[in-house]
Amino acid sequence: MNTNDFLPWARRAAARRAAAKAPATGAGPLSELPRRAFLKLAGLGGLVIAVGPGGSRRVEAAEGASAWEPHVYVGVASDGTVTITCHRSEMGQGIRTTMPMIIADEMEADWSRCRVEQAVGDKKYGSQNTDGSTSIRDFLPAYREAGATVRALMEDAAAKQWGVSASEVFARQHEVVHRASGRTLGFGALVASARSLPMPPPARLRIKEPAERRWQGKRMPSIDLVPVTTGTAVFGADVRLPGMKVAVIARPPVWGATIVSVDESAALKVPGVERIVRIPPAALPGAYLPLGGVAVIARNTWAALRGRDALKINWDAGANGAHESGAYRASLETSIRSPGAPGRSSGDAAKALAAAGKTVVAEYHVPYLSHAQMEPLTALARFAEGRLEAWAPTQSPYDARATIAEYLGLDEAKVTVHVTLLGGGFGRKSKPDYICEAAFLSKEIGAPVRVQWSREDDLRNSYYHSVSAHHLEAALGEGGKVGAWLHRSAYPSISATFAKDALPTPDELSNGASDVPWDVPDMSIEVCPAPAHTRIGWYRSVNAIHHGFAIGSFVDELAHTAGMDPADFLLQLIGPDRSVDLYKNGLVGASETYYGAPWAEHPLETARVRGVVESVRRRSGWGAPLPRGRGRGIAVHRSFLAYVAVVAEVEVLADGTVLLPRATVAVDTGFVVNPDRATSQMEGAMVMAMSNTLHSAITFADGRVQQSNYGDYEVARMRAAPHAVDVEIIQSEGKSGGIGEPGVPPAGAAIANAIFAATGVRVRELPVGKQLAGWQNRAT
Amino acid sequence: MITLTVNGVPRSFDGDPTMPLLWYLRDELALTGTKYGCGVAQCGACTVHLGGEPARACQLPMSALESAEIVTIEGLHPEGEHPLQLAWREIDVPQCGFCQPGQIMQAAGLLKHTPKPGDQDIDTAMNGHICRCGTYPRIRAAIKAAAGERA
Ligand code: FES
Ligand code: FES
Repeated sequence: MNTNDFLPWARRAAARRAAAKAPATGAGPLSELPRRAFLKLAGLGGLVIAVGPGGSRRVEAAEGASAWEPHVYVGVASDGTVTITCHRSEMGQGIRTTMPMIIADEMEADWSRCRVEQAVGDKKYGSQNTDGSTSIRDFLPAYREAGATVRALMEDAAAKQWGVSASEVFARQHEVVHRASGRTLGFGALVASARSLPMPPPARLRIKEPAERRWQGKRMPSIDLVPVTTGTAVFGADVRLPGMKVAVIARPPVWGATIVSVDESAALKVPGVERIVRIPPAALPGAYLPLGGVAVIARNTWAALRGRDALKINWDAGANGAHESGAYRASLETSIRSPGAPGRSSGDAAKALAAAGKTVVAEYHVPYLSHAQMEPLTALARFAEGRLEAWAPTQSPYDARATIAEYLGLDEAKVTVHVTLLGGGFGRKSKPDYICEAAFLSKEIGAPVRVQWSREDDLRNSYYHSVSAHHLEAALGEGGKVGAWLHRSAYPSISATFAKDALPTPDELSNGASDVPWDVPDMSIEVCPAPAHTRIGWYRSVNAIHHGFAIGSFVDELAHTAGMDPADFLLQLIGPDRSVDLYKNGLVGASETYYGAPWAEHPLETARVRGVVESVRRRSGWGAPLPRGRGRGIAVHRSFLAYVAVVAEVEVLADGTVLLPRATVAVDTGFVVNPDRATSQMEGAMVMAMSNTLHSAITFADGRVQQSNYGDYEVARMRAAPHAVDVEIIQSEGKSGGIGEPGVPPAGAAIANAIFAATGVRVRELPVGKQLAGWQNRAT
Repeated sequence: MITLTVNGVPRSFDGDPTMPLLWYLRDELALTGTKYGCGVAQCGACTVHLGGEPARACQLPMSALESAEIVTIEGLHPEGEHPLQLAWREIDVPQCGFCQPGQIMQAAGLLKHTPKPGDQDIDTAMNGHICRCGTYPRIRAAIKAAAGERA
């Protein structure tokens, strides 16, 4: 097994390979899905988890109306209510609005008569793993096809009823119209006849032409705005069951620590505490399974928190008890000073660097990061009569279902995972360890249990974004021409969470390092060994965070060394417009795919790189003078199949505090369905990049995380946040790329470059933290 | 026995007096719009109104709340149409939405005393609230919109 198969997009690629081997049943990524499935709407035992379209648009399905489900994603009731099942998780990216609007548009449904249901974890929906910025880039054709299927059935049903040819009718806003006579029949009235019709053959499906689209490509208000702004939206900890207990768990403080002894006596005396239950630890590396520990079961959350604090546990730290961030950083720096395994190699970079008249060398360091999503982990589970039902804010309900089934030794059919809204996810909630905890405890005590992680738990037992070190070296010639490019990257690998002692592989460089668009003949991009001493996971943008920072910073350093304007230098480095299939141009290693798709499907289009750079240069006031203490920085990066450029404009205060009054962003990610949500993802990416770049770090001492809460794991706040984020979405009919993640990587470098422009201080180590204190007195 | 009113409804509590209001609201009254984000007054997700002023529910032990008047996001406006709630929807502020009840409660406190807040007023009032999704620019715009002064 290729250990890198555990990267989110690599796992998708593996599924795709498996599907390719299976007998073909049709075109499109969802061809294996049942196109007609008569399914019982998921009963929620009186709990309404899927909140319908907000406010006046909210329509309840008629009580007792038997919904017709012509597609796994679409049901139509005889009163005309359309239910669209969202199989991806909502965590702020807007998928509960964007997915339904595509389907409703294609089927010509009246948006005010559509409601959105949230899918439980089930293979029949296709991948539900909401990460890797994949929802639209993987599913847009399938959503369009789903809508077109229902529209065709409605048209066929009306044509049959009128005894006319299907070509004489067309669907328009929840009814079918007979073109010649102007007669109409509503969708609801057509359900009875449509349900007995054969599925239209794929060739009969007609996806709308751009000019026919009602909503795709235009702003659509989010469907959950009313519940979210009135406090009635249902997040993970908001689901309640009769007889429910709350559990708070003491987990191993060091990865792999084991319990020597536990004194439960004080905990049991806390009013409201009922029981103490041990959760056995999974063998390292543990993958998606719980870390184990001691659970305090109580009548309410406060009692459980107090009870947990009163536990006295003696831990044996084990082998990772020596993990210390300073020493580990030194080991990463040693690692990047020797050649690593190449991920991309063209020409002979080592030779070209040795022969070069002028070389520039710089090294960068990025610490561990934690997702710190606003909603700490939580999950509710009820085990009864051999069945397990869970409610959780999960990014990946099917993975959760499969993991729970395996963990508890149940048949998958006996496990149901309901998905609530997620109070942020950023990759943490792809891993179902916290849901397994609730499942285990409910089975142990025979009552429904909600597991609540405290903020401290959330920061100290995460799946961390890997700490990294980077060595960059370039040969700089006449007129700022870069003749050779060497990048060595070292970081503990996500694979080590799934396969013991796995080291990073060259494949991982495709996440933001080996696909640099530079016009440089001699290139070597290498990965160097780094062992894991804690759980490593994916966090929004993944390795592209540190690759984007190091690469974008280094390009700026080269520009300044060459005495050139950084934007001009960047455009020169990108070079002439060309289309490069990297798989045929220097990429080495086993990787056959790029973000889960064949490389050949996503050639590097340098015109698009240039396009986003020129857009931000034009719109940001680039080049207009700013006083000392203010500065602009530029960077461009491609990740998740999207091209994003950013100009950050910072203000550095006398005490070294960095504000980001303005950011200018351009994104080219092919067709964008819901531009306002794409824009909000770019706004959010600027703020998250501020946190990553300026404030946040997870560090270890004696194997333990040293941070505890937002006081010492700082994130960006209102005062420093942008007053204006000017986003240009370069809209096209091109294949859609990602939107949730690709904004972060260039923003980090743009901020660091802006700090250099403002202060003359080059940031090579994140976070900036207090590095700029006294900057005004430093010689620059 | 502690008596108080929550969203105008008289309530009494005779549990653990150290229990913060946050958990009383969430666990006992099922008013789950008030969120737990940090428990240590660092994030603002738990913000309610105590006697008409924004307060962190995670920092208010029940023992201190005899005769207190509490308003939560659920009680901010009878129809959920406080000018801030309307502005939040118009500008489509929320991403995940988790922090937003706290943000709205804090902003309501700001507008009460400063009907036309400037950027500095907003920064000062809102800096204690974390939005990890990064909706700050839109929160700023929505507060200004609700104050009748389009951003
Ligand atoms: S939960 Fe009260 S301020 Fe964070
Ligand atoms: S909207 Fe997600 S934390 Fe604010």
